[in-house]
Amino acid sequence: MGAYVIRRLSYGAVVVFGVLFLLFILFFAVTSPDDIARKALGERVPPAVVEQWKVNHGYDKPLFPAPGHWADNMLVEHYRRMLTFDFGRSDADDTPILERIRKGMGPSLALTIPLFVLSVLVAIPLSLLVAFFRETYIDRAGVILAVLAMSVSVLLYIIGAQYLVGKVLHWFPISGFDSDPRVIVRFLALPIMIGVANGLGGDIRFYRTVFLEESNTDYVRTARAKGCGEIRIMSRHVFRNSLIPLLTRIVVAIPFLFTGSLLLESFFGIPGLGAITVDAIQGNDFSVLRTMVYIGSLLFVVGQILTDLSYALVDPRVRLE
Amino acid sequence: MTALLQVAGLTTCFPMSQKNVPIVDALDFEVGRGEVLALVGESGSGKSMTALSLMRLVPKPGRITAGSVRLDGQELLDLSVRSMRSVRGSGVAMIFQEPMTSLNPVIRVGEQVVEAIRLHERVSRGAALDRCRELFEQVGIPDAAERVNAYPHQLSGGLKQRVMIAMALSARPRLLIADEPTTALDVTVQAQILRLLQELQEETGMSILLITHDLGIVNELADRVAVLYAGRIVETAPRTALFKTPKHPYTQGLLRSMPALAPSGERLPEIPGMVPSPSDWPLGCRFASRCARAMDQCSQSLPEFTDQGPRHTVACYAVSQADSQSGHGWAGGTPEGL
Ligand SMILES: Nc1ncnc2c1ncn2[C@@H]1O[C@H](COP(=O)(O)OP(=O)(O)OP(=O)(O)O)[C@@H](O)[C@H]1O
Ligand code: SF4
Ligand SMILES: [Mg+2]
Repeated sequence: MGAYVIRRLSYGAVVVFGVLFLLFILFFAVTSPDDIARKALGERVPPAVVEQWKVNHGYDKPLFPAPGHWADNMLVEHYRRMLTFDFGRSDADDTPILERIRKGMGPSLALTIPLFVLSVLVAIPLSLLVAFFRETYIDRAGVILAVLAMSVSVLLYIIGAQYLVGKVLHWFPISGFDSDPRVIVRFLALPIMIGVANGLGGDIRFYRTVFLEESNTDYVRTARAKGCGEIRIMSRHVFRNSLIPLLTRIVVAIPFLFTGSLLLESFFGIPGLGAITVDAIQGNDFSVLRTMVYIGSLLFVVGQILTDLSYALVDPRVRLE
Repeated sequence: MTALLQVAGLTTCFPMSQKNVPIVDALDFEVGRGEVLALVGESGSGKSMTALSLMRLVPKPGRITAGSVRLDGQELLDLSVRSMRSVRGSGVAMIFQEPMTSLNPVIRVGEQVVEAIRLHERVSRGAALDRCRELFEQVGIPDAAERVNAYPHQLSGGLKQRVMIAMALSARPRLLIADEPTTALDVTVQAQILRLLQELQEETGMSILLITHDLGIVNELADRVAVLYAGRIVETAPRTALFKTPKHPYTQGLLRSMPALAPSGERLPEIPGMVPSPSDWPLGCRFASRCARAMDQCSQSLPEFTDQGPRHTVACYAVSQADSQSGHGWAGGTPEGL
C-alpha cells in the first residue's frame, strides 16, 4: 500500500509537471505577451500602455530561465503560481479566477452529472441486451446503429436538435441558463439529451465488446454446465467480471465532471467551466487557461487513483502495491 | 437394463470455408450404469466437442446436426432449453481441462458451489453452504470450512480442480463427464485427482465419461475404452481387450508409443505423419494417410464396424478382411484370453 501511494504520487507529479510545461511551450509558441495584452486592452492602445500592462501582469520578464535570472522568469513563475494554487486574476477582465471557478462549477455539474449518470444507465443495459442477443439481427442492428451514431458529428446533433426542438417544436429554449430549480430543467434537457446521444454509440460498442469477451470465457461455460440460465449468466457472471474493464472507462471520467463540457456549454450558453475554458482560448487568457488545464491534469491523476481503488474493490485478485 | 447413456449417430458440424464439417462424426457409444468409459484420442480429435455435444453446449456457430443422445432413455436432443438446463448439473455434470480458468475469478468458490446446489434444489443458502462444506470435505479439500470463502486465485490448481469436482457432484449427477481433468496439473496432483475420481465413482455409483489422451490413465480407471480419431470412433473395447488385443492400426500405434508398454531402451515408435485437419479430411478412412496397412479401398469409403470380441468393435478394412480370409473373426461366445 505504501509503495502504491509513492508510485502513484510520483507518476502523478510527472504528469502534472509535464502538462504544465507543454501548455507553457505551446501557448507561447503561437502567442506572445504582446498578444495577450492587446487582446485584453483592445487594438488601439498606445505601446506605453501595453508595456505598463505587461509589467503589472508579470509578462515583461523573459520566458525561460537564463544566466542572470534563474528564478526571475515566466516559466518559474508559472510553476510557482500553479503549484501554490495562487491562480490570480483573469488576463482578459481582471476578475479573480477562483471566484469564476466557484461560479462556473454549479452550472457545469448541473449539466455533467445528470449527463454522466444517464449515459451509464442507458448504455449499460442496452449493451447487455445487445450482447445477450449476440449473433442475432438485434445484435447486428444495434451495432450498425451504434456505428452510425458514432460517425455523426456532435455539431450536427447540436444544430439539428436546436432547430427541431427549439425552433419547430418549441419545447425548450435553444440556449441559455437559469439556476432557478423550477426552470433549470428546461435549459439543461436539450444539452443533456444530446450529450447522451452523442456518447451512446461509442459506449455501446465498447461495453458490448467487453460483455462478449466475458461471455466466451471458461467460467461462463462452467456456469452453463451446472445449469445456469442465460439471463443469470449475463447478470451475475458476465456482468461482475465486466465491471473490471468497465470501471476504467467510467471511474476515470468522474473527476472530469468538474471541468464541464467545452462544446455543450459554449453552444447552449451555459456559464460553466467548459465555457470559461473556451472563452479563455478565444481570448488569449493565459492565466485562466492554464488554471483550467492545471486543474484538469490534477483531476486526471485523481481519476487514475480512483480507478485503481475501484479495481481493488471489484477484483479480489488486485492488491494495491 | 439399458445403458445409462446411449449415443447414436451423434454428429456436430462447424461451418468452415463454405461447408459444414462434421467435427464429431456419427458417434455411437454407450456408458453403462456405474461404468467408466474412457474416450481416447489425440489433440484435435474432437473429444471436448463430443463432451460439449452431450451437454448441448456446442459453441456457435457449431451445431449438432444429427443423432440421438439418451440419458436413462430420455432423448436429450429433443428437450426444451429449459428442461435441458435442469439436466445439466443434475443428470450430466462436467469438469474441464482448465481448472485455472474454469472458476469465476470474482466470486468466492463456496458461493459458486452454493449456486450450483440451489439451481437444482430448493434449499436455503445456509443449508446449501453446509452441504458445500460437506462436499469440500468429501473431495478432500483441507480446512473446508475456511476454504469456502476463498477466491479461486487463492487456491492451487489441484484444489481448484477439487472445487470443480465438488461443484459437479453437488446435484448428484448420474453421469460425470471429466474432460482431461488432470492434464493441466502436476504429476503428483494428477494421481491424487484420479484416485479421488475413482473413489467418488465407487461411493456414488455414478457413471463417468473420462476424456483423456493418456493411455496410462485409461489403464488405471477405465472399464471400457472408445478410441477417437479425427472425429470418428475407430475402435471400442473393454479395457483389457484393448490393451491385450488392439485391432485398429491406430490403436496399435497409440499403444506402441506408450512408454510403459514399449521394450525398455527402445526409442518409442511414433505414428508417422500428422492428424489431418477437419477441413481436409479424406473421403475414406481418415487414418489412411498414416496407415501402414492402407489399401485402395481405404481411401474410397469409410470402413464399417465389425465385431472383434465381446463389446469389441473396430472400423477397419484390414481387420475385417483378415477375418473373412482366415475365418478368425469373432462370431459369439467367449474368445480365449478374456
Ligand atoms: N469453436 C470452434 N470453431 C471451429 N472449430 C472448432 C472449434 N472448437 C474446436 N474446433 C475444432 O474441432 C476439432 C476438435 O476439437 P476438440 O476441442 O474437441 O479436440 P480435443 O480432442 O478435445 O483436443 P484437445 O486434446 O486438444 O483438447 C479441432 O480440430 C478444432 O480445430
Ligand atoms: S481402414 Fe485402411 S487405412 Fe484405415 S486403418 Fe484400416 S487399413 Fe488403415
Ligand atoms: Mg479437449
